[in-house]
Amino acid sequence: MEMRAAYAECLAKLMEADRHVVVLDADLAKASGTRGLYERFPKQMFDCGVAEQNMASLAAGLSSYGFKPWIESFTPFATRRICDQIAISIAYAKRNVKIVGTDPGISAELNGGTHMSMEDIGVLRSIPGVVIFEPADEVQLRAAMPVLNAYDGCVYVRLFRKELPRIFRDDYTFDLFKADVIKEGRDVSIFVSGFLTKDVLGAGELLAAEGIDAEIVNVHTIKPIDRETVTASARKTGAVLTVENHNVIGGLHAAVLEALAAEKIPACAVGVQDRFGEVGMMPYLRQALGLTVENIVTSAKKAIALK
Amino acid sequence: MNYDLREVCKALRCDILQSIGHLGVGHIGGCLSVTELLAVLYFSQMNIDPKDPQMAGRDRFICSKGHAGPAVYAALANRGYFDRSLLLTLNQGGTDLPSHCDMNRTPGIDMTTGSLGQGFSCAVGAALGSRLEEDGATIYTLIGDGESQEGQIWEAAMFAAAKGLDNLIGFTDYNKLQIDGTVRQVNDIEPLALKWKAFGWNVIEVQDGNDVDQVLTAVVMAKANRGSGKPTMVILNTVKGCGVPWVVALGAGNHNCPVPEEKAMAAIRAIRGGNKQWK
Repeated sequence: MEMRAAYAECLAKLMEADRHVVVLDADLAKASGTRGLYERFPKQMFDCGVAEQNMASLAAGLSSYGFKPWIESFTPFATRRICDQIAISIAYAKRNVKIVGTDPGISAELNGGTHMSMEDIGVLRSIPGVVIFEPADEVQLRAAMPVLNAYDGCVYVRLFRKELPRIFRDDYTFDLFKADVIKEGRDVSIFVSGFLTKDVLGAGELLAAEGIDAEIVNVHTIKPIDRETVTASARKTGAVLTVENHNVIGGLHAAVLEALAAEKIPACAVGVQDRFGEVGMMPYLRQALGLTVENIVTSAKKAIALK
Repeated sequence: MNYDLREVCKALRCDILQSIGHLGVGHIGGCLSVTELLAVLYFSQMNIDPKDPQMAGRDRFICSKGHAGPAVYAALANRGYFDRSLLLTLNQGGTDLPSHCDMNRTPGIDMTTGSLGQGFSCAVGAALGSRLEEDGATIYTLIGDGESQEGQIWEAAMFAAAKGLDNLIGFTDYNKLQIDGTVRQVNDIEPLALKWKAFGWNVIEVQDGNDVDQVLTAVVMAKANRGSGKPTMVILNTVKGCGVPWVVALGAGNHNCPVPEEKAMAAIRAIRGGNKQWK
């Protein structure tokens, strides 16, 4: 199932159970997969039109009235476009608002560079009190949705819209503040979030074929980062690689390095090298921006060589 | 309880002067221009209970021009939300009365504001919330004339009208001044009333927004618009710094300016005149 369809199903359940759960769109309900919910929940679904600033502060106002708003748009418009509204109306005012940004990074594909957020995590990570969550597959997303809704505060969800290969088993248990060690290993710790998790697993197999035992950690919550798991893994393997669909500045790489600042452990990064995105399909964009399995393998070896 | 709104206005002006004067600097102009509005709302028209600031179904006031915080604090203190002595802590480190309104610090403040344009959207959200809750509340919100240059104001204006939020009453503190000069010179917002009408709002223009009787009449009229299917904007033609001649004389310079304590105290004495009943 597409991630957005799973997301919409989860929202429907949450709205059914609690009339205070409301969803606000900015003319991208179809893209977010929630257009179909409007008829079923007329008193809980509101389209603000192409006016994201109003949507964000309006959600804060609804929150002040005891509602639990979810706001949604493409990642650049759900983050950098409304950065001050998130900072002041939502975070500073301690409002219970969930922000869903769809099509993160290169997954914006044919919408191109204008719609391709490479900075959203960095922008929001520097705002106090904002939790940042990026699901890696449908299982993780479904497990997370009720937890996110129950969390009293601002959470940014970086949502890949299309179908993703399965990573987690049905018995997966989710802890918002705990990273998931998907595969234990001894030689290098690879930290990853979002859709690239599958690529890291693929890279892990290629590394294993070369006798390299990689530990793979899915850091679904980039802020607050699970320092305990990150540090324990890095200390164990002695080498770090971060893999992200985001600028290496401000994103997962930065978050991991901040957590490891007191450790003397070499680290490499696979991510967007401080540049804007561009139009194209995923295979092209992966190559153009270096988000490939081959690059993950090469970079993991580089990190090990730095030990 | 019936309050003498003229006397309330004097009390609020004095407390604004005292709190800002105690610190020696502050947003004095835009606080003094909205005194009559706050007197009418907090001492006559709003359904509120100072003993229960979070009362369900209460009317709400969201001061989108958050820098008028000291004026709102004066109203809240005089209405009994907290002790008036707290007013002297304005803007001191660790205070519960920061320069701009903060719902997490000050009893009676319904929304955190200060980044212009945002509080107005928050008020629209609260009006939508009130309608969903069917609690019968009226949501009041105050914006500045300079603030009306923010695009977000008009995003929110469009949404409120489109959703027919007739439980929402907005006020524009049209004192014609902003930090860099006159509103007309900097970036004219005229024709203001026509703009709001074009955005689908009821509009009430108050010739003298510092005449408490005119403001009271306008608020009563605005409340009567419930059922019209439209939100209402009350445009208050005000004087920035009203009630203190030397502040008025500063013109655009009175937005955030030094207020020496001795000058504040002299202004307070002038406002009090022969009235000895005040402390």
